[in-house]
Amino acid sequence: MISQFFVLSQRGDNIVFRDYRGEVPKGSAEIFFRKVKFWKQDGQEEAPPIFNVDGVNYFHVKVVGLFFVATTRVNVSPSLVLELLQRVARVIKDYLGVLSEDSFRKNFVLVYELLDEVIDFGYVQTTSTEVLKSYVFNEPIVVDAARLQPLGPAAIFMQGNKRMPGTAITKSVVANEPGGRKREEIFVDIIEKISVTFSSSGYILTSEIDGTIQMKSYLTGNPEIRLALNEDLSIGRGGGSVYDYGSSYGAGAVILDDCNFHESVRLDSFDMDRTLALVPPDGEFPVMNYRMTQEFKPPFHINCLIEEAGHLKAEVVLKIRAEFPSNITANTVVVEMPLLKYTIRASFELEPGAVGQRTDFKEANKKLEWDLKKIVGGFEHTLRAKLTFSQESHGNITKEAGPVSMTFTIPMYNASRLQVKYLQIAKKSSSYNPYRWVRYVTQANSYVARI
Amino acid sequence: MPPPVQSQRSPSPSQPSGKSEVSDLKLQLRQLAGSRAPGVDDSKRELFKKVISYMTIGIDVSSLFGEMVMCSATSDVVLKKMCYLYVGNYAKVNPDLALLTINFLQRDCRDEDPMIRGLALRSLSSLCVANLVEYLVGPLGSGLKDGNAYVRMVAVIGVLKLYRFSSSTCIDAEFPSILKHLMINDSDTHVVANCLSALQEIWSAEASASDEALREREALISKPIIYYLLNRIKEFSEWAQCLVLELVTKYVPSDTSEVFDIMNLLEDRLQHANGAVVLATAKVFLQLTLSMSDVHHKVYERIKAPMLTLVSSGSPEQSYAVLSHLHLLVMRAPYIFFSDYKHFYCQYNEPSYVKRLKLEMLTAVANESNTYEIVTELCEYAANVDVPIARESIRAVGKIALQQYDVNAIVDRLLQFLEMEKDYVTAEALVLVKDLLRKYPQWSQDCIAVVGNISSKTVQEPKAKAALIWMLGEYSQEMQDAPYVLESLVENWEEEHSAEVRLHLLTAVMKCFFKRPPETQNALGAALAACVADFHQDVHDRALFYYRMLQYNVSVAERVVNPPKQAVSVFADTQSSEIKDRIFDEFNSLSVVYQKPSYMFTDREHRGQIEFSDELGHLSIGGEPSENVVSAQRVDENDKDLLLTTSEKEEASGSSNNGSAYASPYDNSSASAVGSQTRAESEISNQSATGYSSQSASLGIEDLLGLGSPAAAPAPPSPQLKLNAVAALDPSTFQQKWRQLPVALSQEYSVSPRGVAALTAPQALIRHMQSHSIHCIASGGQSPSFKFFFFTQKTESSSTYLVECIINTSSANAQTKIKADDQSTSEVFSTLFQSALSKFGNP
Repeated sequence: MISQFFVLSQRGDNIVFRDYRGEVPKGSAEIFFRKVKFWKQDGQEEAPPIFNVDGVNYFHVKVVGLFFVATTRVNVSPSLVLELLQRVARVIKDYLGVLSEDSFRKNFVLVYELLDEVIDFGYVQTTSTEVLKSYVFNEPIVVDAARLQPLGPAAIFMQGNKRMPGTAITKSVVANEPGGRKREEIFVDIIEKISVTFSSSGYILTSEIDGTIQMKSYLTGNPEIRLALNEDLSIGRGGGSVYDYGSSYGAGAVILDDCNFHESVRLDSFDMDRTLALVPPDGEFPVMNYRMTQEFKPPFHINCLIEEAGHLKAEVVLKIRAEFPSNITANTVVVEMPLLKYTIRASFELEPGAVGQRTDFKEANKKLEWDLKKIVGGFEHTLRAKLTFSQESHGNITKEAGPVSMTFTIPMYNASRLQVKYLQIAKKSSSYNPYRWVRYVTQANSYVARI
Repeated sequence: MPPPVQSQRSPSPSQPSGKSEVSDLKLQLRQLAGSRAPGVDDSKRELFKKVISYMTIGIDVSSLFGEMVMCSATSDVVLKKMCYLYVGNYAKVNPDLALLTINFLQRDCRDEDPMIRGLALRSLSSLCVANLVEYLVGPLGSGLKDGNAYVRMVAVIGVLKLYRFSSSTCIDAEFPSILKHLMINDSDTHVVANCLSALQEIWSAEASASDEALREREALISKPIIYYLLNRIKEFSEWAQCLVLELVTKYVPSDTSEVFDIMNLLEDRLQHANGAVVLATAKVFLQLTLSMSDVHHKVYERIKAPMLTLVSSGSPEQSYAVLSHLHLLVMRAPYIFFSDYKHFYCQYNEPSYVKRLKLEMLTAVANESNTYEIVTELCEYAANVDVPIARESIRAVGKIALQQYDVNAIVDRLLQFLEMEKDYVTAEALVLVKDLLRKYPQWSQDCIAVVGNISSKTVQEPKAKAALIWMLGEYSQEMQDAPYVLESLVENWEEEHSAEVRLHLLTAVMKCFFKRPPETQNALGAALAACVADFHQDVHDRALFYYRMLQYNVSVAERVVNPPKQAVSVFADTQSSEIKDRIFDEFNSLSVVYQKPSYMFTDREHRGQIEFSDELGHLSIGGEPSENVVSAQRVDENDKDLLLTTSEKEEASGSSNNGSAYASPYDNSSASAVGSQTRAESEISNQSATGYSSQSASLGIEDLLGLGSPAAAPAPPSPQLKLNAVAALDPSTFQQKWRQLPVALSQEYSVSPRGVAALTAPQALIRHMQSHSIHCIASGGQSPSFKFFFFTQKTESSSTYLVECIINTSSANAQTKIKADDQSTSEVFSTLFQSALSKFGNP
């Protein structure tokens, strides 16, 4: 049971504010914002998503830079409220097509309309985009997606990938195409976030893949859909440590530690032929979340060397090698490395003929940054940095720098080898042949090499 | 049209902007009010939007109320909705004008379109104006009977709104019983779910005033209702499923097969993508199996993987909520997570609040086989750029060392920290080395060698400085230059701002003096002089105390300041097991995130559904510091009892008998106000009960002084209570009774050293108590803290006694809570129990 719901901009302005029960004082939005802004005096620590001020519990999630906040005085289930906030954001996105401060401000009346139906007197009524359609009458005012910064996991498909119709993913579930006809299409995205930690000697300490099969359907008449996954897929690792490497590596089978499913998914034949059956509701939703600690080949190999090079000087050599096929390209690669606290200068040397690369030394937090627009599979790139110190280093300089961390996006690549073998739509007629988009992408969650 | 640009320029609602804009709007609305021109709805929409955007950013637009109502005569749904939103917001401040809206709202409640009916009913019930309540009852009544589920759904919540605004109107209209009927009979699960929410809220609020409401609330967790809801669980929306599952946690199944049926039915809920559903299911599983310890452990195993999956999918905020719950489970049963420790490694980009939880979990799951790897990982964090986390990592290493695993390797690591020459690392490591030495004095050689190399000038943090000074004092024999370091610290007395450090310094100089008098004499003199002049009271007093002691007798002073020290075996736990259990009972609530039971952060009226079990006598504490308060009160009462003569006592118990738990046996007798002789007949063993209460009172006093030893206490006169040696009670009945009965007696007494020695495993005590016809139904814990649930029955009747007994062997005390079917004899039983316990360990 929640008392208020509101959305604040990054600067703390109310974009929408709905009070459901009148139990929490009106100034709550300001109290919340001040608390989040100045959580700890030094400003170093982020406020946790749940906190209590004067008996009022504040919950928040951050979506595209906006704060979605709920307040209550009751000891509720924290997962329920946070899940709800996330879901409200998703429903609004389904309606507006693009979720941003701009689209919010343009459509705030529609948002109020949605909020009235989603929550009544603090109790959740429905968060189904499908159900809401019959109660919501405002037409969304569409914001030009091209002007916006691409945001969210779906946005990665919009840049430099001509095969993808970029506008589709930012299309509202209720708005029609200019021609008045809806295009029949369905999107299935396999999004994987990988976490790898390499030890200083280069072997893998921990690795995990957190994956989601995300679906967004624009099919009329809600036909049933069958998604077939790898036949050799197995779930749950029997006995022994979860990190028991080697036993299954190379065998080809995909072994998930665990997974969960959206409630529309029926698993009748899953045990037999690894097929998921569902009637997809409107809007974007995760069909399945999974987690895998089975060993996989990390997409990048990182090599870092730091050596003293004379009085008050040191040299860093960073090598990144892409360990995937050459028909695949990684985008927006960023390599970061904290340097020694008393570094005052860093000069960089890229390999000859390097294009689309940028280097920077962040003076404020003594960090080295190396951006690479793209890395083609199989290639290796090197960066040399000469550091100057303000004082004598005592002892081991490798202990005071690092670790090297990387972020990247690799379209059409998935580390787990989980695949959607086919996507079958129950036929209405022989001529019915909607567009089906099955897409893969791998992103770095935490990709770290210690030195 | 975008919301007004003003919102950017004047985001603060306190700014008096918008005055002219509002009067402008007023004019325009007036012009449109009567118009029937084509396209007028579009212009109205634009104006309404403006009004609502002003409302959102906090500009007061209540002065437009009349105009808004005039414009509301429209068939445009979007316009209607905006108007309703506005009216709902401002009706409270404009009760008279709100009356104007009644007409059109009532008309809309009878509209053909169920959408409009629902919408109007929702707005009507949200008005919250006193003189409008009468207009609400009729439409609500017909709304509950409406053929359309949407309207019924709205009406059910409308009833709740009415109740909150005017409870008597709601009860008088007999809406709750209609909701009860709807809950069991409606075909639409949304309606059912709303009925459940509304009834829970209404009955809980009424329960304190009316017994009937209390019964109704209990009826919600009766078998027919629970089964009815459970059998339809998949038809409910995911949010309603959470509601039902929360209700099921309060249900007490009659036997174990019922428990398994429920768990099998809900098994697949653990695969749900919605974390709230998974956690609610986990709570059901955990609560149902509380008394079945082996199944309970399997539940931990079962819910582990789904919870880990939730932690790594979803937004960081959601994963934090789940991680907090995982943290709770890890703390309760670390051994189940021994092999999962890598899941708790911190990722460099995680927020501090997540890292902090993970560090605690890593500390908890460290055991013989994984300590090396965990400590290696923690050492990586010590060099982290995030200083607070680096500090906590070092503390975590220390805690693991104090858990006794692989101390050897850890000491080396800690000493390496000292050599890292980062000031905060050194500071944390010093504090740890000090604690480590208190527990493992055998490591002093290695530690002292390294600590001796640290210059006291580089250590600035008070805690670390105090630790260093403590070591200098304690090991002044081993540290060559200890007296000189201390002396130089004393010389800089003025610059030392922390009283804690000054206190430590004074004591350290004293200690050093007894070990190396000639070298320290000067420093001691200077320190005493400086201390006596110190403005801080404690420092001043301690210095005087030392000074006078030295004057009196130097060897006595040495015995006081420098006694031979015993190694500390266990460091005190910060949270009592009672509080931890309480938090566990409130699984899937904020209590877990805040790591506090709900009574510490919520006021009573808002504790809500989750706190259902509160009045069921589940636990008897009233507030955090009540442990001490309660016992102090008890001593007070006991004191009084001791001083009173028997006749006075009768009066006292007659007049104020509700103060103390043990006064209850007198209730009947004093009310009858007959002579003592008839009283003896009217109550079983009244005589002995009187005898006991004064006896237990004297015990209470002795305990407080730390002298109490039950073995020394006079043997109780043979009680007239006979216990059934073969009593039987199944766990779920026990659980049910435990929830229902109030605590009759709660006591604390010490356990004899022999008893402590004999209590190496719970089984020993269980067998012993069995020989006294007291049976154990559940037990747990490990040294030094054990917890038991006992029960027994009278021979002549099936009247049962239930006991919760927590024994702490390191402090040699036992806390008991007794619940009884027949409260009047609980005192007698308590003595019996106590005497049985006191014989434990006797040859």
